[in-house]
Amino acid sequence: MAYNLKEIIAEKPSRFTAGHRMCAGCGAPIVGRTVLRALKNEDHAVISCATGCMEVSTFIYPYTSWTDSFVHTAFEGAAANLAGAEAAYKAMKRTGKLPADEHTKFIAFGGDGGTYDIGLQSLSGAMERGHDMVYVCYDNGAYMNTGIQRSSATPKFADTTTSPAGTKIPGKMQSRKDLAQVMAGHHLPYVAQSAPLGNFKDLYEKSEKAIYTEGACFLNVLAPCPRGWGYATEDLMQIIKLAVETCYWPLYEIENGKYTINYKPKNKLPIEEFLKPQKRFKHMFKPGNEWMIEEFQKEVDARWNELLVLEEATNKGE
Amino acid sequence: MSIRERLSGNEAVAIAMKQINPDVVAAFPITPSTEIPQYFSTFVSNGTVDTEFVAVESEHSAMTACIGAEAAGGRAMTATSANGLSLMWEMIYIASSLRLPIVMSLVNRAVSGPLNIHNDHSDAMGVRDAGWIMLFSESNQEAYDNMLMAHKIAEHKDVLLPLMVCQDGFITSHSIENIELVEDDKVKAFVGEYKPEHYLLNKKEPIAVGPLDLQAYLFEHKFQQAEAMRKAKQVILDVAKEFEELTGRKYSFFEEYKLDDAEIAIVCMNSTAGTTKAVVDSLRAQGVKAGLLKVRVFRPFPTEEIANALAHLKAVAVLDKADSLNAAGGALFEDVTSAMYVSGKQVPMVNYVYGIGGRDTKTDDIEGVYKDLIEITKSGKIDNPYRYFGLREE
Repeated sequence: MAYNLKEIIAEKPSRFTAGHRMCAGCGAPIVGRTVLRALKNEDHAVISCATGCMEVSTFIYPYTSWTDSFVHTAFEGAAANLAGAEAAYKAMKRTGKLPADEHTKFIAFGGDGGTYDIGLQSLSGAMERGHDMVYVCYDNGAYMNTGIQRSSATPKFADTTTSPAGTKIPGKMQSRKDLAQVMAGHHLPYVAQSAPLGNFKDLYEKSEKAIYTEGACFLNVLAPCPRGWGYATEDLMQIIKLAVETCYWPLYEIENGKYTINYKPKNKLPIEEFLKPQKRFKHMFKPGNEWMIEEFQKEVDARWNELLVLEEATNKGE
Repeated sequence: MSIRERLSGNEAVAIAMKQINPDVVAAFPITPSTEIPQYFSTFVSNGTVDTEFVAVESEHSAMTACIGAEAAGGRAMTATSANGLSLMWEMIYIASSLRLPIVMSLVNRAVSGPLNIHNDHSDAMGVRDAGWIMLFSESNQEAYDNMLMAHKIAEHKDVLLPLMVCQDGFITSHSIENIELVEDDKVKAFVGEYKPEHYLLNKKEPIAVGPLDLQAYLFEHKFQQAEAMRKAKQVILDVAKEFEELTGRKYSFFEEYKLDDAEIAIVCMNSTAGTTKAVVDSLRAQGVKAGLLKVRVFRPFPTEEIANALAHLKAVAVLDKADSLNAAGGALFEDVTSAMYVSGKQVPMVNYVYGIGGRDTKTDDIEGVYKDLIEITKSGKIDNPYRYFGLREE
């Protein structure tokens, strides 16, 4: 059946309900809602969440935005928490403590702080052990919840509160960690990079694959932050589009080692298009700083080309 | 008929876990508790348990996975020591705040640094205020028995708190002793099935666990935890009574060894109690009225009961196998003296820090303590209440 957002919304009520306290113009709630919509209506889900914006804005005692079962413990614990719940599910199914005809799916959400950094070990462990779960990173490229500190997902030169663009050091001096590639190195059945773009087809379909593929699956999803990135709240969807059109954030998936780039822009936009609307990159546009834009462009190109090579290499002989 | 066996403390705990047959065991190896997950994985590999064994990549994840499993509605267990417990520390507090009756075997070992793999109680003392029930075990038999009682206490509706069973690393964990095991079916019946009221895997009633809990609620939630710890006292006694009916073995908050008519006494925990009993016997043979109070239940701390049990003594020494590094006394000493003061019981008391990093605790050392106590009863004076034994002075 062809993807139709209107039909999906009509058939599947949101499992992530209104009333949460996430900011206007934030990408994360869209990610959460879209991922959960990919669940079959009849399936129950256990959702685990790392400490971060999404957790502290959606489950403030005594209110919750989650209609499924939800567990939060600590910043670095989303993967291990869910691994434990999934292990209990297996054991309880085996011993008949849970009904045989009921299905529960296991989904974790973590920001880039809880995923790329403090939670990387727990994530790697859970993925390597092959728990039947999906880990979704909503990547906003800094520790936004504590006030925009740099993370290993922060792009080079970005101005954050712990990598401020100063007179001597012009923002973050290190490149962004490529987490989807780190996860690919775990040889998981399904790894994908996505973004809540346009009619959300890409994210919806990848979520569906990840949730209904047996084993440990990983989704890295771009989730812009108006406060941290410095754009007007109404520009959220435009910013996401620019991230994809400039190939800053390629949409791709790896199914059992085989790479597929899901979108190749006909006219790859120059990186300035993505950088310019964001306050965190403002200093890059000062006269004399052209080298920063050039360097940024080079890195985007190199990563994009690497991906093209990987796609070709893993699809040979078919 | 119970089964007579010869087992190490670690084997005894692993067998208790096999008989309990929990849904999930998540553990990471660390000396001296490593054998427990090793033995247990053998049970899993051979299909003698129904458990899902999660070979996590750290102790932090071990406790995090236990929290996930227990919140999901399963029974979750783990084992660790020293730095493993230190790494869990964040999750230890979260486990108790979520009121999850996880059961842990803690094989006590010195916490780094510097690195040392031998026994003292610095690991347990580091989490003494984390909201876990803490049972201490003198012998392999007690470690086993405490494990069998653990779930009935922790899962009781008035309690719902995690529980750790402590035993001394190497001293009991690796020493083989005669032990009486309870038959599998009797353990199963005694421990019973875990039936949580609310759990993540209940599709009919989805729940949310672990909120952001702000100024308007956290205080009350913490008070509820404190209340549960207070209520645990009665449950511990009730479960001990049931256990006695099953096995004939009697347990309480503490064991009084020749304490009734004693004039001087030692208060201590775990294996040192065995050494102390030998010294009490030899002193008694010499006409010295020596006694022992061995603390089994350290959390909840039985303040009134301990104060009453010690009130008639002329002098008491409290032995701490962990230095609190506070320019004052060890944790057990502080608790016992505070219990005495609050109960209005005035007995001269001294504290000894001993056995750090596996330093041997000999009968001579314990005899020395009793000699000091005799001296105190004669002089009526305590020069320095904060003392050490077994410490090289040169």
